[in-house]
Amino acid sequence: MTLPDSGGRFGEYGGRFAPETLMDTLTELEKAFLEAWADPDFKSEYQQLLADFVGRPSPLFAADRLSDRIGVRVLFKREDLNHTGAHKINNTIGQALLARRMGKPRIIAETGAGQHGVATATAAALLGMKCQVYMGSKDIARQALNVYRMELLGTEVIPVTTGARTLKDAVSEAMRDWVASAGDTHYIIGSVVGPHPFPLIVREFQKVIGEELKEQLAGTPVDLIVACVGGGSNAMGIFFPFIGTEVELVGVEAGGEGIESGRHGASLSHGRPGVLHGAHTYLLQDEEGQVLEAHSASAGLDYPGVGPEHAYFKDAGLVRYESVTDAEALGAFHLVGELEGIIPALESAHAVAWVVREAKVLAGKTVVINMSGRGDKDVEQIREMEGG
Amino acid sequence: MGAGQLFELFRASRDHARTVFMPFMTAGIPDAGKSLGVFEELAEAGADAFEVGIPYSDPLMDGPVIQAASTRALAGGMTFGGGLDLAGEVAKSTGLPVIVMTYVNPILQIGPEEFAGQAKMAGVAGVIIADVPFEESMLIKVALDDVGIGIAMFAAPTTTEERLRSIAGAEPAFIYAVADMGVTGRRDQLRSDLEDMVRRIRAVTSIPMVLGVGISTPDQAREASQLADGVIVGSALVSEVMESGGVPSAEAFADAVHAG
Repeated sequence: MTLPDSGGRFGEYGGRFAPETLMDTLTELEKAFLEAWADPDFKSEYQQLLADFVGRPSPLFAADRLSDRIGVRVLFKREDLNHTGAHKINNTIGQALLARRMGKPRIIAETGAGQHGVATATAAALLGMKCQVYMGSKDIARQALNVYRMELLGTEVIPVTTGARTLKDAVSEAMRDWVASAGDTHYIIGSVVGPHPFPLIVREFQKVIGEELKEQLAGTPVDLIVACVGGGSNAMGIFFPFIGTEVELVGVEAGGEGIESGRHGASLSHGRPGVLHGAHTYLLQDEEGQVLEAHSASAGLDYPGVGPEHAYFKDAGLVRYESVTDAEALGAFHLVGELEGIIPALESAHAVAWVVREAKVLAGKTVVINMSGRGDKDVEQIREMEGG
Repeated sequence: MGAGQLFELFRASRDHARTVFMPFMTAGIPDAGKSLGVFEELAEAGADAFEVGIPYSDPLMDGPVIQAASTRALAGGMTFGGGLDLAGEVAKSTGLPVIVMTYVNPILQIGPEEFAGQAKMAGVAGVIIADVPFEESMLIKVALDDVGIGIAMFAAPTTTEERLRSIAGAEPAFIYAVADMGVTGRRDQLRSDLEDMVRRIRAVTSIPMVLGVGISTPDQAREASQLADGVIVGSALVSEVMESGGVPSAEAFADAVHAG
């Protein structure tokens, strides 16, 4: 664990751009996390829950029909088979255990599409904690089923009506709550974003994906690992154990309606460094530094910032970041369903779409794609988009 | 001009045992054209200095009132540069020290030196950056020091003594003591342990200290004024401008702060 440094920096990125009212809380959280993570009892309880409750390890699956079709050997890391249907639960279980250890009975979280909200509500129910989730009112309207799921799990969903009423505003509102409530409340942030120590904590809880993969490959050579990047937690989880190895790592961002349209979520490929939600990182912003809205058909990638460690990976040339459009992702969504019997999350379909698009260049190679979530949540939206 | 103006402000305040009334107002409300008039009305009501809030897309420290004001100001065409220009006009028109309140990202986009140069040109006395704790402030502080503009640093009820010492050691122009945990906006009463925080800060440093966040009635302002060198009132006045275009209660706030 070399980075971040003591100031929470990954090179020039990261840090702690937070109001003074949060500084004591962040320091306390960092200390509590480092102690817990070094405590074998904490780790074994976490790992036991990952096994018995989440269903880990997630399988590594050879997508043979897709491989035959595109001429690239494709393996899926099946995070979509986790309880609640995505990688998000790896982090929420860990952070909920941490909150309990810190003696904080209340949990708050933000959610965009609702996947992180559901995973947080699930962890809170499991550990008997009170939970409130902030969600943009626009997202509440388009993800009604996930709102109901959270409510079934005993969580209260609080609508956010400021700004564009989507994920960015929900993060801001959760942080505002936490500034006032940190005495009895832990904020379970949903990705490798936010002020230090959050990018570190979420990376450590997600890196189980890449560690398992290493074991499952058992020395079988792999040329590339590909994952979608919104905030970047599933990509961080699968990439991190492979940083500095021979394997080429590719993060795929949301190209939305096309980069040239200006309506996209590709903050690493087409944004500039700045500060958002407490960290120095790449973000979408205008000339004078007002933060812009991201655009993606996939709510999980609809975020104008990205985790600061990804910003560091990009500048250091450790990971390549590309983008695919909504239309390309949608094509991959269908392809995976028809050829493999798996309906992928629209987010994960971005990673597949890049491999399909680059198939000629990748011919004969072996590629692991992080199937970060399943697409049940997207079915209704896609049916509407396609006029079904 | 610059930090010297703040030094004079607080020295005079201590000499005359008269607490500084420093209203916060978002630049660009009720609209871009009428914004300067709001500051002039505040000066007339008895303001001693201003905190000019430059509207930002993601105001993490602010509650619903100032968020709504920022959104309206941005929609009305207010910009970061426009906010600095307005701060300059306020300084010129009223002759009072003007402190600019902003978030850090716009400063990073033009660069700390360029920002300091522009603020100097505008005649700004000081800068408050809501999302920069002292650890992250040094680059910007150096740039502002170079042109003689003061920077404020925050202290909160949860700030430890060790941190207070580091904050004081960085020699800010003044300490912005956060009167309540949470974002800006209305509170029913001041924290019961406010005096305790003030005492802890005073035990560490004699740097001027202003209290702000959550001071929303003249009674609360009077109470706060007995503890600090200055009092910031924001949301209570901003909401009046949002509703009526004016600041009818500003005089009552000014009198309360000056009486304390």
